[in-house]
Parts: sequence; C-alpha cells; structure tokens
Amino acid sequence: MLSPWIVVGTSFAYLLLLFAVAYFGDWRAAQGRSVIANPWTYALSLAVYCTAWTYFGSVGRAASGGVWFLPIYLGPTLAMVLGWVVLRKMIRIAKTYRITSIADFIGSRYGKSPLLAGLVALIAVVGIVPYIALQLKAVSAGFALLTLAPAAAPAPQAHWSQDSTFYMALALAGFTMVFGARHLDSAERHEGLVAAIAFESVVKLIAFLAVGLFVVYGLFDGLTDLFARAHAVPELAALSRLEQSGGFAWTQWFALTLLSMLSVIFLPRQFQVMVVENVSEDHLRRAVWVFPLYLLAINLFVLPIAVGGLLFFGSAPVNADNFVLSLPLAAGQNALALFAFVGGLSAATGMVIVETIAVSTMVCNELVMPLLLRTHHFQNESRIDLTRVLLLIRRVAILVVLVLGYAYFHLAGEAYALVSIGLISFAAVAQFAPAVLGGLYWKGGTRRGALAGLLVGFLLWAYTLMLPSLAKSGWLDAAFLTQGLWGWHWLRPEHLLGMQGLDNLTHSLFWSLMANCGVFVGLSLWRAPSGQEASQALLFVDVFERTSSSSPVFWRGSAQLPDLLRLCERFMGSDKAQALFLTYARQSGVRDVQAIQPDARLVQFVETQLAGAVGSASARVLVASTVEEETLTPDDVLRILDETSQLRAHSLELEEKSASLEKATAELRAANEQLKSLDRLKDDFMSSVTHELRTPLTSIRALAELLRDDPKIELAQRCKFIDIIVSETERLSRLVNQVLDMAKIESGHAEWLTEPVNMGALVRQAIATTAEMFRERQIAVEVTLPDQVPLLKADPDRLMQVMLNLLSNAAKFVPVSGGRVGVSMTSDDAGVTVSVQDNGPGVTRAQQALVFERFRQGGDASNRPQGTGLGLPISRRIVAHFGGRLWLESEPPDGARFSFFLPIRPAADSVNN
Amino acid sequence: MFKELLSQRLSALFVGGWLLLNFPLLALWDVDATWGGVPVFPAALFILWVVLIAAIAWLIERPVTRTKDE
Repeated sequence: MLSPWIVVGTSFAYLLLLFAVAYFGDWRAAQGRSVIANPWTYALSLAVYCTAWTYFGSVGRAASGGVWFLPIYLGPTLAMVLGWVVLRKMIRIAKTYRITSIADFIGSRYGKSPLLAGLVALIAVVGIVPYIALQLKAVSAGFALLTLAPAAAPAPQAHWSQDSTFYMALALAGFTMVFGARHLDSAERHEGLVAAIAFESVVKLIAFLAVGLFVVYGLFDGLTDLFARAHAVPELAALSRLEQSGGFAWTQWFALTLLSMLSVIFLPRQFQVMVVENVSEDHLRRAVWVFPLYLLAINLFVLPIAVGGLLFFGSAPVNADNFVLSLPLAAGQNALALFAFVGGLSAATGMVIVETIAVSTMVCNELVMPLLLRTHHFQNESRIDLTRVLLLIRRVAILVVLVLGYAYFHLAGEAYALVSIGLISFAAVAQFAPAVLGGLYWKGGTRRGALAGLLVGFLLWAYTLMLPSLAKSGWLDAAFLTQGLWGWHWLRPEHLLGMQGLDNLTHSLFWSLMANCGVFVGLSLWRAPSGQEASQALLFVDVFERTSSSSPVFWRGSAQLPDLLRLCERFMGSDKAQALFLTYARQSGVRDVQAIQPDARLVQFVETQLAGAVGSASARVLVASTVEEETLTPDDVLRILDETSQLRAHSLELEEKSASLEKATAELRAANEQLKSLDRLKDDFMSSVTHELRTPLTSIRALAELLRDDPKIELAQRCKFIDIIVSETERLSRLVNQVLDMAKIESGHAEWLTEPVNMGALVRQAIATTAEMFRERQIAVEVTLPDQVPLLKADPDRLMQVMLNLLSNAAKFVPVSGGRVGVSMTSDDAGVTVSVQDNGPGVTRAQQALVFERFRQGGDASNRPQGTGLGLPISRRIVAHFGGRLWLESEPPDGARFSFFLPIRPAADSVNN
Repeated sequence: MFKELLSQRLSALFVGGWLLLNFPLLALWDVDATWGGVPVFPAALFILWVVLIAAIAWLIERPVTRTKDE
C-alpha cells in the first residue's frame, strides 16, 4: 500500500514531464529541427493503439481465456502488411486535399457531403466517448488498488469534486488544448503532441516489460518453472491451449482478427497519428514492421503474468485485470508497482489525448461548423475574424469530450457497458471500412450508398451490441434481449432472425458489416454518381496517377479575387491568408497578389486551404457561397478529365520537342566551334606554308638577280650562288612535297602499301642511308638491335620516311663536336619499339607538345636549324596509321629520345582509317 | 492497386499471414507439449508472428525495392 499523496504526486509529475516533452517537440519544430520527422518516432506514435485496456485488460483476458488476447494484436499486424499499399494512399489523399479527420475523409470522398461527414463524426462520438471513460476508469482503479489496503472493501465512489480522476481529466483537457488547439494549423499537425505520444509509448512498454521480467524471474524461476507449475493445475494448463472448453470458436477468432485489423486503421486516434500527423510517406516503410514488433514486445509477458498471477494468488479473489499492479504490490515491490501504474497512466493518457483531439476536430468541423454556417449572421457578417471562434469551438469541444468521458465513467462505474466497451468501440469504427476502402478503390461508390450503408451498419451495431450492453448493465429493461423487441422473437438483438452459434460480438459484426456493405454497394449501383461525386471519386482513386500540377480542376464559374482573399482572411487570419496568396502568386508566376487570375485553380486552392481549417464539407459550402459557380454534370466531369489528360499529353509532347531542340542546338554549337577552330588552323597553316616558301624563294630570287645584274661575277662565286639556288630549290620542292604529303594523309587520300616488314633490316638500311651525313658531321652512331625481330604488316617506304626523319632530326640537334646518336630497338609479343636518342640540348617540357605540331620546330628562332617543320607531324601520322604511337622523352639538357611503337596486330580500324 | 511488384508481394504475404494465423492451420500447433519449457501453442503463435514481421521488414526495407518505386 502506498500513500495517496505519493501516487497523486507521481502522476502529476508524470503529466508535467509530458508537458515538457511536448513543449520540447513544439520548440524544436519551431526551430525547424523536428523531432517527429523520423520513422522511429512515427512508429512509436502508432503504438497509441495500446491503451490501458491493453495494459491491464490483456492480462485479465489471458487469465480467463489464454491466448484469446492475441487476435487484437495479430489483426493490426496483418493490417500493417497491407499498410504500404492502403495507408500510403490514404496519406497521399489526406495530404493532397488537406483532410484532417476520418469524418472529413469520408465526407470529402463522397462529394464533400456535410451530412455524411456529420454522421461519421456522430458515430465516432457515440463509439469513442465510452472508450475514453474506460481509460479513466482504468487509472482510477489502479489508483485505488495502490492506495487501499488489500483487504479493505472498495471505497464508495467519491463525489466528482473530490475525485482525483476528475482533476486528471481536467489536466488532460488542459494538455490537449495547449498542444492540440493552441493555434490554428491548417494541416492539423501537432508536433509536440506526437513527441509526447511517442514518449508515452516508450514508457508503457518499459514499465510492462519490467513487470513481466519481475514476475517471470523474480517471483518464479524463469519461464520453464512458471509453465511447469501451471501445467500441474488443469485449469491453468488449459490456458496455453487453443480449445478452452468444447470446440475452438474459430469464427470468433476470425472476427476478432478482422475487427482489430479494421480498427487499427479507422479508429479516430489511429487515423490522427497515422495519416494526419504523418510527416513523410517514407516513414511508413519503417512503421509497418516496427509497430507490429512493438505490439509483439508488449504482449510477450501477458500470458506469463496472467499465469503467474493465478499461481501466486491461488484461490484469493484478486481481479486479474490488476495483476500488473497487484503482483509487485503483493511482493512488496512498491517502487515497481508505482512504475507499473505510471506505465498504465501513460497508456491511458496517450489514448485520451489523441482520441480527444481527433474527436474534437470532427465535432468542430463536421457538426458545429455546418450549423454555424447556416445562421445568417455568420454568413453575412463578413468582417468577423473567425479564427478565434474556431479555436474556441475546438477548445470547448475538447473539454466537452473529456467531461462527457468522465461523466460516463462516473455514472457507469463497474457496469458491464463500460467493461466491454473496448470491443464495442472497435465494432463501431469498423463501420467506416466499407465507405473508406470502397471509396479508395472503387469509383462507383456514391454518397447515397455510403450514407445509407453507414446508417444501417451503425443502427445494427447499436441494436445488436450497444443496447444489449446497456441492458446488461441494468439501465434498460433486459426483457427485449430474451423476448425480442415488441415481443417479436426474431428480433432478439443477439440472435437476429434466430441466428445461433455466434458469440454476440461476431454476431453483431456479421450483421452490421454485411448490411453496411450490401446497402453501400446496392445503393451505389442504383444511381450513377453526380458530377461532384464523380469528380471526387476520380481525385481519390487515381491520386497516385496525377501530380498536383496535372490534376484536373473540377470547377466552373466565375470568382472575384477580393472575395476569395477575404474568405481566407476570415478563417485563417489576415497575415496567414496574405502569405498563402503570395505563395500562390509566386507559384503561378505573377508578381503580386493583385495580379492573380481568379480562375478555377485559385478557387480550388482556396477551398483546399479552407478545408484544412474547417473541413472539406464546410469549405465547399463557404466557397460556394462566395463565388458564382455552375453545377457540374458527370459529363462535364468526364470532359474536364479529358481536357486535362489532353493538356497533359500536349505538354509532354512539347517538353519532348523542346528537349530534342535543345540537344540539336547544342550539337550545332559544337559543330560550329569545331568548324571555326578548323578554319583558324587552316589560316595558320596557310600563313606558315607561305612563310616557309618565301624564305627559299627570297634567297633564290636575290641570287638570281645578282647573277643577272652583274655579269662580271667570278666563276667560283657564280658556281657557289648556283649551288645555293639549287639547294634552295630542292628545299622548296621538298617542302611542297611534304605539304602535299601531309594534305594527302590528312584528307585520307594517301596510298598505303601493306606488306611484311622486317624492322631490323629497315633500321639498318636507314642508318646506312644517313651514314654519310653522320660521318660528315662527325657524329658517332651506336646501334643496338635484337637478333630476331617479328615481321610487321606495314608500308616499308613510309616507315623508312619516319626513320630518316628521326635520324636527320637527331643529326640536326647534336653538338657540333662530340655528337652522339643512339638507335635501339626492342620487341615483345605486342609489337616493336624503336628509339632514337641524341645528346643535344633536349626539349623543354613546354616545347614537348609543340614539336609534333606543324611548322613548330624545336629550339629558339635564332639557332633553329634547317627544316620544314613538317617531318615530325607526318611521322606521327604515319605511325598512328599503323596503329602505333610516336612520342618524345626529354629531360633538358640531357638530350632527347624519340621513340615509336608499332603493334604486330594493329587494331582493325586503325589501318583502314 | 496491383501495379508495383512490391504491392503484389505484400498482398501475397497478407494472404499467407491470414491463413497461417487462422483456423485450421493454427489448430495444427495445438498440442500438449512444450518447447524448452514453454507450451507449444503460445510459442508457435509468437514465432509465426515474428516471422511475419521479419517478412514485412525484409520486403519493404530492401534497397532494391527502395530504389525501384521511388
């Protein structure tokens, strides 16, 4: 037993911690460093599914039915298998059209129907408020257990003003108002709140695991010991088997799995955290397996705790729902019991907070707003700033939902209606499934069908499940349970039409879902959808097929920019509306707000933004009252769709064309550049050639004029002049030949022979040919040739030209006395390499690249030796023609080494080109 | 709905999971025996559950599927 003050103090300290976490989340969000923008937080926030009913109730269920607590968690796991397919679509739709609750989702899908959205909100309130009461009850029961002596009789229920649960409910309302309705967020996203929920999920998991470990390893000697002892007791042994008594109720197993599978998607709180609070679709990847893993972890010790509790307490009358608290307490572990209570508190508060936000948003947007909008005062008084009114409605709705929850808990007490509400709530929200799932994948569903289906399903649920639970609590005359309504036997709520063999939950689920689906499909097929319904169906079902820019806008009429702006200002505040319009203006490429075209796209934009604030149905009413619009027929919808897709096709075509045009332009530009550079090269070439031709011509002409003008020149002198003229002429013709040669090679008109060439013989022949020249200049030639040289396929005359060129080149650059030229050759499998080394001044690194260009000779202009400047470029081209390469290695002043390599088997294309 | 390969795989896994965790396949594990001291039936349920979760994680977190549908 613990002091009440310790328990109350701890509880409020925990709530303060929650405030801190939520405040931290909001603060980080304001700084742009969101804590919830990560997949783990998202997955943990989904665990708001595990309420106090899970935390305490699962053990109770396991203590009486063994593994029967599990279908409630296996269903969500199966739902998560399809999460990536179904939930991602819901998230995409909700984000695109700014949908903020499940009621809004359904209403919006079926032609933005306020009636349908209102019905969904109503069902949610009726189904969920008792569920909130159940959470309060769990906390209150836990509190009593911790603070009262075990043997003491349960205290009579305190007056509400002295009941700590009431103040906790108020505290939770305060928390929810602060973090859920502090300011209007047009996307209904609450960062701090989600951070707090994720934190609560961690707390409840750790607390439950702590109790589990304590029971298994503290009270017992491990799992083996626990189950061995249980096996000795027949009633306990049966808990670990499928069939408890008689046959296995597989229909119930099936129904529970299906029911929980639907609830995990359609419970308002799940929709809130999964869809509305989702930051990024990609977080779903992690969540669809982490969330089931969380469920598995929190259920791991349920059966051991239940069995352990039954063994520990034996025949003492202890409520199994409280084993989580009573086991540590009975073992004297007060701190652990307190921690377990905090875990239960976190499970309860997390559920209450999120559920309250979700329900209050629905109440405000789908129930209160449509009524307010009907009043003339509201419609006409356009000067009122409605943002404050909206926030006030939200806050009042939060308070009312929580006070209603508390009132239900206070009135119901221990009644059956409260204890069994968990599954009854599940069955209520399961009614949303046909309208939502049908709406996601079937374009034919209509407002009429959804409305009637929901209504029939809801009425059947109320008649077969809710009313019997009230009757069993003694609040209604239970006679109709056994006699049937008005004494009609076939109307017995738990045996409709005399159906036998199903438990009441399965029975109710079967009838309500079957009727719901049947009426939904039947009535949808009865009449074709209207224009509005058809357009919404297209937008929902094909949400993945369109990007926001190419999606059709189903609206026709005329609008005024100031009217739309004023409408936005009324519901979002002036600053925010101005900012929104400015963003829109920038997106549509105009300068400022005044320049915006009030077209269909703007109307759609305004309506979507308003939908985030007041719900799509109310937004539709508001926009319709502000602009003049035409009613769309289904044919119009099809036509608009057609136009949009044609437009899209045209724009795609245009994009392709412009891309290919750009490519062509780039190619042309490149070709032009190449031509220009070729032109420049040609000019350079021409000027070089003419320059080279002019030098010998000038000297020939000068000498010839001398000979003509002065007949008295001596014979010796005359002969010398004529020798010079002859040698200059030779130089001229050599130059002309080389230019022609170069031109031929470059244009591809040169004639090439291809025959076997013995490089060794060729090199020797070249040296023999130039021997006279080397001897004249007193240059020593060293030759190193291998004995065996493979035969090459090439043109021997051309290769001779290369060799002569390199040798005469070397001869030109060696010093006048002591010149040395080395010729060497090596060969391997790939080919033959010939090198000509001289001991001249060498070629600087900067000059090395230039020597292979036309008319660029090595050395300074002053000491440049005789030559045309075409020898090396031609040689290089010849070698390249046979697939080889010619290169220069030189480290000034240690001479230069020209080498060329010729392959034995040249690549096929190098010879041909 | 069934355009991507990943969606088809997940749908198949859903059907498989549904069959494994329901009558009559589930009844196969209902025997009076223990695995390492734990009764077979609850142990089998949890193991099937882990396998199902591992299969989802494997399908959806593989780098191949990540790059393919983004």
